Amino acid sequence: MNEVRKPPVATTGIIGWLRINLFFNWTNSLITLFVIYCLYQFIPWILDWTIFSADFKYNYLGEQITNQEMCSRNLDPENGGACWAVIYVRFYQFIYGFYPKVEVWRVNVAYVMLALALLPLLYAKLPYRKYFLYFTYIFPVIAYFLLNGGLGFTEVSTNKWGGLLVTLVLGCTGIALAFPIGIMLALGRRSKLPVISMMCTLFIEFIRGVPLITLLFFGMVMLPLFLPEGIDMDGLVRVLVAVTLFQSAYMAEVIRGGLQAIPPGQYEAAKSLGMSYWRMNLLIILPQAIRISIPPIVNTSIGLFKDTTLVIIVGILDLLGIGRGTLADTNWLGLSYEIYFFVSLVFFIFTFGMSRYSLYLEKKLKTGINMGAD
Amino acid sequence: MKKLLSIFAVVAFAFSANAGTLDDVKNRGFLKCGVTTGLAGFAAPDDNGEWAGLDADMCRAVAVAVFGDRSKVEFITTTGKSRFPTLASGEVDMLARNTTWTISRDVNLGFEFVGVNFYDGQGFMVPSALGVSSATELDGATVCIQTGTTTELNLADFFRLNGISYEALPIETNDEGKENLFAGRCDVYTTDASGLSSTRAAASNPDKWVVLPEIISKEPLGPLVRHGDHQWGDVVRWSLNAMIIAEELGITSENVDAQTSSNVPEVLRLLGVEGNYGEMLELSNDWAYQIIKQIGNYSESYEANVGPDTPLEIARGLNALWTQGGILYAPPFR
Repeated sequence: MNEVRKPPVATTGIIGWLRINLFFNWTNSLITLFVIYCLYQFIPWILDWTIFSADFKYNYLGEQITNQEMCSRNLDPENGGACWAVIYVRFYQFIYGFYPKVEVWRVNVAYVMLALALLPLLYAKLPYRKYFLYFTYIFPVIAYFLLNGGLGFTEVSTNKWGGLLVTLVLGCTGIALAFPIGIMLALGRRSKLPVISMMCTLFIEFIRGVPLITLLFFGMVMLPLFLPEGIDMDGLVRVLVAVTLFQSAYMAEVIRGGLQAIPPGQYEAAKSLGMSYWRMNLLIILPQAIRISIPPIVNTSIGLFKDTTLVIIVGILDLLGIGRGTLADTNWLGLSYEIYFFVSLVFFIFTFGMSRYSLYLEKKLKTGINMGAD
Repeated sequence: MKKLLSIFAVVAFAFSANAGTLDDVKNRGFLKCGVTTGLAGFAAPDDNGEWAGLDADMCRAVAVAVFGDRSKVEFITTTGKSRFPTLASGEVDMLARNTTWTISRDVNLGFEFVGVNFYDGQGFMVPSALGVSSATELDGATVCIQTGTTTELNLADFFRLNGISYEALPIETNDEGKENLFAGRCDVYTTDASGLSSTRAAASNPDKWVVLPEIISKEPLGPLVRHGDHQWGDVVRWSLNAMIIAEELGITSENVDAQTSSNVPEVLRLLGVEGNYGEMLELSNDWAYQIIKQIGNYSESYEANVGPDTPLEIARGLNALWTQGGILYAPPFR
């Protein structure tokens, strides 16, 4: 009779985990201790600054803060942490820009609708997903009329838009439009028809060859000079065009990478079944290619979302632009730590959400498994 | 690039010159005014999302002159690079964007500066602990200086003229200059005096820093319009002048109603009680009255936005009236 003996205590449970991961040998232990020391120094300080000593709406005297001189840390430099009152007072501007207050419900409705439109894309098991998807398709049209005006809504010109609204409009439109355009460009570049493949290659290489700033400048500064008087292309639209073109070129290359990973056997199998070019690509090739391209697709999308902050240089006030505008208000001079912290936190929430979602997708679609090659 | 821009400007001008800007503005129902994306005291959004500042007041004054309503203006944010093409292409009717009046901008770019609403100039800021009271005492100092700007050349000239040496610490942005000065990596920070004031106001303890009295360059900042539309240029020019003349005559937003029964002829002309100066400009006759009533005179705008009682604490200096030691001077209103 063999008695089953438990593994030694030192290799299981918390102690085992600690031994293996943190204190495996002396260099390992030294690094662990050093990191713990750094965290010990840093975490209490950052918690104290951001939460415990911070002003949220009132300073330590109990007054409501309306300018930077009333922040606890400016009244008493020895005490006081962050002065979040600036975010509290300016919250409306950070979220909606200069959108008129009476019309702001339209933006709120658009935000809620955006969440609803994203739902069927994010959860495949959603009940009545089909109907939700229909909504997703018409959402851009609804959002356009809702935000911009028309169909009975008063018009709100885009230079009143700002803050998170502009960031989301740029990010969502750029990512959503670049995806189909990118697929077409990727297929075009691999096409056997020389004219199509050359045009796509030229487009992609040209756009990838210049920085986004250049495209933004071109859209903002040069384009209006070429347009005849009277044809007034909206500033935000010009930027949107530049952002979408830029993102499409990158998306095309990402998807082309996916296409190249598909073994020729898949093409041959599809052709031997008598499938046309489009049926082959839509049903056999693209679903596999896109699946393996998910990490780089999310990668470039996150990159674009952060790149939207560049629109400040053409005078559009996105989330970061509103922050910098706030810093130029004599009431709030010198609160740059608070404002940049808040802006980066908002960006982090969105980009981290995107990256977690891509991980979930990869798990669900099991992209890690080598498909069909052998 | 500049040549290219001026060619474009001429092309754009050829398109835009056929209709008067004043009529365009009137038909549109509001003024489009180009401002900065945010510069303390000159143009920045306040807590309610309203643009405020010296330049924003300039825009509002023109809107009041045309419509009699300070809210009939749409602010278009522009950056240092996008401001000129934005104006040249007709996207904005005027710029009030802390823009220095220089010959190349006035002539080569095809714009018309209609006046000066702030006389700025390059200055120095040092820690008060340094115990320096004049820039000529800065021998051997480390200076934070934005590279590739006119300030860099002005600095070199100034130190050479005074026969003293310095060590340059090149920086790219205003924020970088601020951080370097506050961290003690340089002894002196030099940029436009108004910029120094906002840097000082942003410090945790402004009293620890002093702006030295020397101003070593001319930076006249003023509103500008496109070449070729003199009627519109006149409207903007006299909107600014009306504010300056109002200060000369002692008319404020508070006493303007009482002043309409004044016995000073120029006051009566300015407020539209006598004469038909509004008609000449194709505006209503009380246009200047409305500017003073709704915006205030130059001094009121200055004190509210950049003056000694604001965090910027910029003394009137050159921007005082010519009768009070400054160089602010408007042509007579007759």
